[in-house]
Amino acid sequence: MTPQGDTGRRPDGAAFAIAAFLIAIGALMLWDGSRIPSKAGYSGVGAGDVPRLIGGALVLLGIATGIEGWRRPGPARPKQQPVPLLWLLGGMVVMVATIHTIGFVLGATILFTCAAAAFGERRFVRAILSGIGLGMFIYLVFDVLLQLNLPAGPIEMLIFGR
Amino acid sequence: MDTFSFLLQGLATAFEPMMLLYALIGVTLGTAVGVLPGIGPALTVALLLPVTYGLDAAGSLIMFAGIYYGGMYGGSTTSILLNTPGESASVITALEGNKMARAGRGGPALATAAIGSFVAGLLATLMLAFLAPHVVKLALIFGPREYFALMVLAFVTVSAAFGESALRGLVSLFIGLALAMVGIDQLTGQTRLAFGVPQLLDGIEVTTLAVAMFALGEALFVAAQGPDNDSGILAIKGRVRMTAQDWARSWKAWLRGTAIGFPIGSMPAGGADIASFLSYATERNMTKHPEEFGKGAIEGVAGPEAANNAAAAGTLVPLLTLGLPTTATAAIMLAGFQQFGLQPGPLLFATAPQLVWGLIASLLVANVMLLVLNLPLIRFWILLLKIPQPWLYGGILVFATLGTLGVNPSPVELMMLVLFGTMGYLMRLFNYPIAPVVVGLILGPMAEQQLRRALSISQGDWTTLVQSPVAAVLLLLALAALVVPMILRARGRGDALSQIGTAED
Repeated sequence: MTPQGDTGRRPDGAAFAIAAFLIAIGALMLWDGSRIPSKAGYSGVGAGDVPRLIGGALVLLGIATGIEGWRRPGPARPKQQPVPLLWLLGGMVVMVATIHTIGFVLGATILFTCAAAAFGERRFVRAILSGIGLGMFIYLVFDVLLQLNLPAGPIEMLIFGR
Repeated sequence: MDTFSFLLQGLATAFEPMMLLYALIGVTLGTAVGVLPGIGPALTVALLLPVTYGLDAAGSLIMFAGIYYGGMYGGSTTSILLNTPGESASVITALEGNKMARAGRGGPALATAAIGSFVAGLLATLMLAFLAPHVVKLALIFGPREYFALMVLAFVTVSAAFGESALRGLVSLFIGLALAMVGIDQLTGQTRLAFGVPQLLDGIEVTTLAVAMFALGEALFVAAQGPDNDSGILAIKGRVRMTAQDWARSWKAWLRGTAIGFPIGSMPAGGADIASFLSYATERNMTKHPEEFGKGAIEGVAGPEAANNAAAAGTLVPLLTLGLPTTATAAIMLAGFQQFGLQPGPLLFATAPQLVWGLIASLLVANVMLLVLNLPLIRFWILLLKIPQPWLYGGILVFATLGTLGVNPSPVELMMLVLFGTMGYLMRLFNYPIAPVVVGLILGPMAEQQLRRALSISQGDWTTLVQSPVAAVLLLLALAALVVPMILRARGRGDALSQIGTAED
């Protein structure tokens, strides 16, 4: 995930990874498309045919990407910092895993705090408090006033009674 | 009834007190979110889509129209006061606008952008109103093969015609098309690419994809660049008004920008970026003050801003009359229509004229509101630019998950959010455009249906696709839009193309 500043001279490793990914997706579509019984009807084009077409195109695009990466390596990419990425993705994953138990307000607080930390915020108490405030405000506006059905947990039960 | 009476009827709808309130909420939210740095119009409408879920169709679409125009206005403020390259739709505005702000002329720059947007928005919305019924008549003679050809043209212009590389654009497009295939086939009921996961049967939500790629992908990308190297907000010195000379230099640029922007927006030829780029080039050629260009020429702000907004209105022509989204923003708007089971297109003008004309009329209303919001109240919006970056992105992410949580909070959907967000980050890192994925996802199933219908009619004869002159011409145009830029790039003339490459809008 963190190519350390490609110099652009040697063949582009990332391009090969992308090419492999595209070919894999394309192959998957070709396989899934051929699995579908062909009941093409009048048109001669059944449910599996367009996915097979797109799968074939992806395989070709993957090959082209590989060739391009061999012949013309991409430009140097800026160095990526792994720590903020981990903060952000970690926050998202924890929020996704827990939100149905802890409810929207706490889930939003976790996400807000982790995202703030990813961008260099280190005053965690303030971040957590603002996260709670933002979560409550959004829950009030969207769930209570605008009828959007947000996941409820202990805090929502206690304060908004639902 | 003629256009004029339809429009009057629409105005009557738009002037109902509740509708005015919805429009006001829409433009306020749109401006507020659009002003935030790093958020373009596409993300603005995607983020604010859930706001409209609780309303009825008319109110929701009117609020949505306000959000769309508000997002366009808000973006220009950001690019003048913060030099934020990468915010695509108004990146041209930043060229001259930011220079003007640095030279202490931020006030006139903001004023010419706001008034130019107003003039262009007003004229272009009127043009939309008068053009739409004619396009609807034209659309009625369109059969499946013509629609298919039109969609192929839209695919090519969105993905391959502009930007750095046709290959990367096509890869993005086909990733979108592949995602579009997930779910139940609409013609036969066959399950495709769902791999036994029931939540995938409904397919992939456009809003989930757009929010994940634009919001989460962008946040990951910005975060990964390490600590903020903030360029700082430029204070506005003096008042937000223009001198007589500023007016004299601006008004022609506004009109030219409108004349360039509207046709480009209304053709399936890409979005506002191309319009503002062409307008900038025109102003640079026609100016009497060439020495100021690159140092803060007011025409360089006035023209592109007008073009930008005129194109935004123009985009609504194919969207409303043909159901054809030609930008990522329009694709999300289409998703907004579809949440009410409304399919924009010629039929909608016949079945729900009040809705369509109410929407068009409310665009005029929204435009007037935005002028008021953006001239006297501009200082208030600038405060939003002062939100520290960690808090800003924290808030954006919470908002980004809101739509998914409120509509379909299944763990599968939420994991898709994370997955597509990561994909958006990687695509940004390796210079793949995002807009083609979104457009491919929403247009893919429509194109497939039209193709299969056309072939059903011809009983499997593929030559039917080129046997109608309209379809043949559209497919030829698509081929040209694919091949000509490739030749230009191969001969080393691709710089101009990559400059107008669509990163977002």
